Amino acid sequence: MTSLADQMLVVVLLINILVLGTHRTRVAIRAIAAQGIVLAALPLMTHQFQFHLLVMALFVLLAKGVCIPWLLLNALKKVEVNETLKPFLGYSGNILAGAVVTGLAFAVVSYLPLAPAHRGLLAVPAALATIMAGFIDLTSRRKAINQVIGYLMLENGIFIFGLLLTEAMPLMVEAGALLDLIAGIFVMVIIINQISREFSSIDTSRMTALREVE
Amino acid sequence: MLLVALLAILPLAGAVAAWLVPSNHQRPLVLPVVALLHIGHVIAAIVFSPPPSPSEWIELDAIGKIFLLEMSLLFGACSVYAVSYLRYRSERDNRVLCVGMLVCLSAMTLASVAHHLGILWLAIETTTLTMAPLVYFNRNARSIEATWKYMMVCSVGIAMALLGLFFLAYSMLVAGIEPSLLLESLQGAAPKLPSAWLNAAFILLLIGYGAKMGLAPMHTWKPDAYGEAPGLVGAMLAGGLASCGLLGLIRVYQICMITGDVRVYRVILTGVGLFSIAVAAVFLLRQTDFKRMLAYSSVEHMGLFAVALGIGGPALRGVMLHLIGNGLAKGVLFLVAGNIHRAFGSKNREAARGALRRAPWSGALFLGGFLALTGSPPFLPFFSEYLVFSASFSLGWGRVGAMTALLLMVAFLGMALTILPVVFGEPPRDRQRTKYRDTLVLAGPPTFLLILVALLGIWLPPPLSRLIDEAARLAGGGM
Repeated sequence: MTSLADQMLVVVLLINILVLGTHRTRVAIRAIAAQGIVLAALPLMTHQFQFHLLVMALFVLLAKGVCIPWLLLNALKKVEVNETLKPFLGYSGNILAGAVVTGLAFAVVSYLPLAPAHRGLLAVPAALATIMAGFIDLTSRRKAINQVIGYLMLENGIFIFGLLLTEAMPLMVEAGALLDLIAGIFVMVIIINQISREFSSIDTSRMTALREVE
Repeated sequence: MLLVALLAILPLAGAVAAWLVPSNHQRPLVLPVVALLHIGHVIAAIVFSPPPSPSEWIELDAIGKIFLLEMSLLFGACSVYAVSYLRYRSERDNRVLCVGMLVCLSAMTLASVAHHLGILWLAIETTTLTMAPLVYFNRNARSIEATWKYMMVCSVGIAMALLGLFFLAYSMLVAGIEPSLLLESLQGAAPKLPSAWLNAAFILLLIGYGAKMGLAPMHTWKPDAYGEAPGLVGAMLAGGLASCGLLGLIRVYQICMITGDVRVYRVILTGVGLFSIAVAAVFLLRQTDFKRMLAYSSVEHMGLFAVALGIGGPALRGVMLHLIGNGLAKGVLFLVAGNIHRAFGSKNREAARGALRRAPWSGALFLGGFLALTGSPPFLPFFSEYLVFSASFSLGWGRVGAMTALLLMVAFLGMALTILPVVFGEPPRDRQRTKYRDTLVLAGPPTFLLILVALLGIWLPPPLSRLIDEAARLAGGGM
C-alpha cells in the first residue's frame, strides 16, 4: 500500500512544479484543487482503516478539493483583468527553483534522524519540497491570488508531514485547523476583491503607500 | 471546568447577540456588558482555580491566569472606549467589528487555558483571523495594503508554527515515545527528545509565534497594521494578540528549558531579542507618525520579552510583571493616540502638535502612558525592566543587559522626539480645530488603565505577587 502512497506523492510533487510554472491562474487553482484531492486520499492509504481517518479524509476533500478552489475561482471571476504579470523570477526561473528545492529536500532527508518506520518513505522529502515550493510561489508571484495559491501549497506540505503523526493531533484540532484555513482563505479573497477595486489590479507590488520614507 | 467553559462561551454568546442587534447605535453596548461579565468570571476563576479538564487539554495554570487577567482588563477598557468611538464613526457598519472583537476575546481566553499545544495553536490562529477585518475598518487603499501584509505574514508565520509543533511531536516518535502535543507529556519526555528535531521545532515555533509577536525581522506587518487600524484595534493587537504570540512562545520555552542543553535556546532568544530592540530603536528615531511609532515600540518590548526569556531565572518574574505592565500601558497609548488623531485630524507629529492645549486630558495621558511604558518609576514597567537587568548581571549575561539598556535608552529618545512635540508643542495655526472634545467615555478607560499600571507599581497585592512567582517558576520549566 505504501508504494501507492509514494506514487501519489510523486503526483503532488509534479503539481508543485505545474503551479510554479503556469502563467494561467485558472490552471494553478485547478492544480492546487487536484493536489488537495490527492492529499485527502493519502491518509487512507498510509494507515490502517479507522473511522476517524475516513471522517478526516472527507473533511480534507471538502475543504481543499471543493470549498477553497470554489472560493478562489469565484474571486478570479470578479477580478479578472487579463493582466499577465511575470513572477519576479520569471516562469522558467520559478520552475528551476522548484526543481532545485525538490532535489534539496531529497538530499537533506538522508541526513535527518528519522524514525525507523519512515526511512525510505517519500513522505518527509515530499513534505519539505512542497513547503519550500509553496514558499517560492508565495514570494515570487506578484498577483495576490497566486500568492494565496502559494500559501495553500505551503499548507499542503505541512499537511503531508502531519500524516506521519495522526495520533498526536486530535480530530477536533485537525478539523478546527481546516475550518481556520477556509476562513483564512475567505478573508484573503475578500481582501483581494477590495485590492482589485481600489487599485484596478491585483499586483501587490503596486501597494507601496506604507513603506518607511524619509 | 464549568467556570472555564463559561469564560470562553460568554464572549461567543455576546458575539451572537451583537450579530443579531439590528441597530448600529445600540450594538456596541454589547461589548462593555460582556467585558464586565468576563472580568468578573476571570477574577472568580483566578481565586477558585478550577480543576483541569479530564483530558488535561484545558487547564488554567498561573501563567494562563496572568495572561487572562491582562487581556480581560485591556478588553474591558477597549470595550467602554468602543461605545463612544463607534458612535462617532456611526456612518460605518460596526457589526463586523463588534463580532470580531468578541470572537477574538473568546479565542484569547481559550489560548490562556489551553494545555494542548494544538488547541493553543488553533486559538492563536483564530485571533489572527478575527482581527483582519478590524484592521481594515477604515476601508481605504492604505488599510487594504496593511491588512494584506498582516494576513500574509501572520498566516505564513502561524503555518510555520504548526510545522514546528509537528516537529515537536515527531521528536517524540523518534525517541520511541507515543507522540502527543500535551504540554505535560512533552515536558515529561523533554530530557529524552533528540536535539536535532527539538532545535528545528524551536526555531520554527520562534519564527511562527515571533511573527505574531512582531519580533524582527518578522515585524514588517506591524507598523502598517497598527498605523492604519483604529486606536482600539491597535490596543487589542499590541496588548492582546502580541501577548498570545508570547504565550505560545512561553509554552514552548517551558518544554525547552528542561532538556539537556538549554544554552543554545538562551543564545537564540537573546540574539533575536536584541536584534528586535535594535531595529525598533533605529526606526523609532526617525518616525514622525505617532501610531507607527507605537508599533515600533511594541517591537521593542517584544524584543525585551525575548531577551528576558533568554536570561531566565529572576528575569522570568520580570516577564510576567512586564506582560501586565506593557499590555496595559500599550492600551493607554493606543486609545489616547486615537483621541489625539481625531483632535487634530492627523497622526503626524508635524501637524498634531500641542495636545495639552487642544485635548488636555488626552495630552496628559499620552505623556503619562509614555513615561509608564518606557519604565519610569513608579509605574510597573520600571520594576519589571529592573528585574530583567539585575538578572542579566547576576546570571552572567552582563553584556546583553548593558546592550539592552543602551538600546532602550535610544528607543526612549526616539519616542520622546515624537511624543514631546505632540504633547507640549504649539498647536499649528493653519489647521482647523476639529469637533473632537475629551469626554469621560473616551478618556476614562485609558485613565483607568494608567492608574492601574501606577498602582500595581507602587503596591503589588501579595496574592498577585505569589501568582507571578508561581508563573515564573512554571515558565522556567517547573512542574
